[in-house]
Amino acid sequence: MLSSASQMHRMLSKYGLVSKQLWEIMHLCHITKCVKAQRMGQSRISILEQLLAEIGMIPIAENHPQMMNNLLSTQYAWDANEEYLFKAMVAFAMRRYSSKSTTQISNVLLCNVTDRVSFWFVVTDSSKNVTTVPGSEVEAAIRMNRNRINNAFLLSDKTLQFLKITSTLSPPVEPSTPVWLIVFGVVLCLIVAGIVFLIISGIRKHKKKNKESTERENLEEKVEVTLENGIPCEALDIKAGHVNGVFAADDERFTSL
Amino acid sequence: MERKCGFLIPYLIMLIAEGMPLLYLELAVGQRMRQGSIGAWKIISPYLCGVGVASVVVSFFLSMYYNVINAWAFWYLFHSFQDPLPWATCPLNSNRTGYEEECEKTSSTQYFWYRQTLNISPSLEASGSVQWEQALCLTLAWLVVYLCILRGTASTGKVVYVTASLPYCVLIIYLIRGLTLHGAVNGLIYMFTPKLEQLSNPKTWISAATQIFFSLGLGFGSLIAFASYNEPTNNCQRHAIIVSLINSTTSIFASIVTFSIYGFKATFNYESCINKVILLLLNAFDLEEGSVTADNLNEMKDYLMATYPQEYAQLAPQIKNCSLEAELDTAVQGTGLAFIVYSEAIKNMEVPQLYSVLYFFMLLMLGIGSMLGNTAAILTPLTDSRAIASRFPKEVISGVVCFVNCIIGLIFTMEAGNYWFDIFNDYAATLSLLLIVLVETIAVCYIYGIRRFEKDLYTMIGCKPNWYWKTMWAFVSPLLIISLFIFYLTDYILTGTLQYQAWDATQGQLVTKDYPGYALAVIGLLVAASTMCIPLGALVTFIRKRLKRERISTVA
Repeated sequence: MLSSASQMHRMLSKYGLVSKQLWEIMHLCHITKCVKAQRMGQSRISILEQLLAEIGMIPIAENHPQMMNNLLSTQYAWDANEEYLFKAMVAFAMRRYSSKSTTQISNVLLCNVTDRVSFWFVVTDSSKNVTTVPGSEVEAAIRMNRNRINNAFLLSDKTLQFLKITSTLSPPVEPSTPVWLIVFGVVLCLIVAGIVFLIISGIRKHKKKNKESTERENLEEKVEVTLENGIPCEALDIKAGHVNGVFAADDERFTSL
Repeated sequence: MERKCGFLIPYLIMLIAEGMPLLYLELAVGQRMRQGSIGAWKIISPYLCGVGVASVVVSFFLSMYYNVINAWAFWYLFHSFQDPLPWATCPLNSNRTGYEEECEKTSSTQYFWYRQTLNISPSLEASGSVQWEQALCLTLAWLVVYLCILRGTASTGKVVYVTASLPYCVLIIYLIRGLTLHGAVNGLIYMFTPKLEQLSNPKTWISAATQIFFSLGLGFGSLIAFASYNEPTNNCQRHAIIVSLINSTTSIFASIVTFSIYGFKATFNYESCINKVILLLLNAFDLEEGSVTADNLNEMKDYLMATYPQEYAQLAPQIKNCSLEAELDTAVQGTGLAFIVYSEAIKNMEVPQLYSVLYFFMLLMLGIGSMLGNTAAILTPLTDSRAIASRFPKEVISGVVCFVNCIIGLIFTMEAGNYWFDIFNDYAATLSLLLIVLVETIAVCYIYGIRRFEKDLYTMIGCKPNWYWKTMWAFVSPLLIISLFIFYLTDYILTGTLQYQAWDATQGQLVTKDYPGYALAVIGLLVAASTMCIPLGALVTFIRKRLKRERISTVA
């Protein structure tokens, strides 16, 4: 890899392009991408040559963002129209980010599209003749509009991957009081209400039982009081013993003491 | 809940050899003596009052730690009312660039269990503080138990109608849901293929026996306590047979449900693993979508290894070997794993909140049902004794028991609480139960006399026990229990020191550690506290009788 990189450097310096950044590209690029370039029989030199030929300009770029996507779930084929849409989305993102409406679809260049649907792309700047937009700007623009780009392709952050642009994860929505405390409070109140109810009804039953037993005791005492000489007075009243009216009337004849 | 299929055979054999006979024995003793465990054994022989006390002590230990399971069930139940379920995704780390480190290393369900539920410390020595959330759930669990036992066995009887029938409804729902899940068949096949090498392992037989003891509730004293409230002419023989058969059928039914859900989880994990490998290969070699599928994965791997050996070698450490067997073989054991495995399976179903609520509600019902039995075993002797029952009303006694247990249970809500829980779970009941049941059988058969017992049964039920019951009581069950004892002790002696599984947060998995000295002392105390009651009780009665005889002889 190092030998091809130095070859590349030499070639570019031939084109008047001495760029420390380009040197860094070689080290920053994805391992498989560089390896793949070798494998496919194309050296990195020829890819850049293609690029240079295409745009007729000499690129200075910090890095080329790479895109990979997983179309398994969406079931549409990746063809030239999809590529056009992608270019349009990137141009849209650049316009929104830098808010100058000079970026055209023709400024976005895709290269090295594979069957896996992964490719490199570069955004050029037609106002300044020689330049491509620095990679950091492109990254920032895409980060800002990631949601729109995802939705255009019916994909998500997981299925549409930009290397070197990590998605920030959205924190889960948390309510002010945790839900579990609310449910806990409800259940606790019900249980405590049940316990209090049972205890109070138990105490009341206990008191009623006590009251009944004391009433029964009182009744028994009354019965005892009216037992004289072993004969209940009620029985005396009912059964025998007419009151002798003579003796009752005689009380008046005796002189009082 | 160790359930593998070689397990069904020892389970059924143990059921017939010890489950049913011992259940009948305990029910008959309770019904005949009409007292809780302490009083009943005192009647059989005054030297055996220690057996009843040992049962109460074991029940006390059990009630101390068992309600923590209900607290966890409450915790999961309350957390099931969220979308998405909290154990479905990992929380983000502090600067929001990725997930929590610990959660990355393990799965989100394990993280939820170990970190957010237990907040477990790395070892037993690091006790940490009481987790207030768990303490709240534990208090709630004890309040629920208090509500059910408040009025005594009459109210407990009504509550048990609910706690016993609701789980069946939920099990049926889960059976239908489980069998229609993708991959459930794999779990069922795994469950029903017999593994003959396991039958020769004595550990399988030991766990089958322990399982029977626990699920039938033998030796805890709760059976005697409940049977003492029966009518004297109640046909406890028929009840014993029916109860044990229903118990086993329920166990098998529950394991079918468990294994179908287990098969679903294993298949899901296996397929995600394969999909990850496929994605890795597609991205690495820029292949077309759909060129590598689960079917041709192995051929593609060989082809890629042959054509691009260098790149493949670089990728090789990341490519995992996915295996369905390995997923199914991950042992299902222990209470923690029951929570982890099920919550993992539930989060992948549709409408996970509904199934989660149903499952944890069922778990709660089962747990509270067990707690009611335990507390009845403790309360019946207390309310039977005149000294306590005359001074304090029922509500106060139950309240004090629940309060004391709740305070002690706060130990299990500390950061190291789960390790203490495992100690209690493994050692508080197993050995002691075996000893108690052994002494019970020997006492009834040889001390009380099997002929006397036969006559009692004849007066109660009207029919004498046939040869099956008598042989089991007199020979087979005691022999089985003695051999189990010997196995346990030899196992302990052979392994040397006792070890436990501690959670290592840095690695994201369990590691084995040795118990420190004081934990071993606690284990010894647990086992001794219940087993020593039996000889101590005999000794105390002997001394008392001696003293009485001396007093009488001196007076005379």
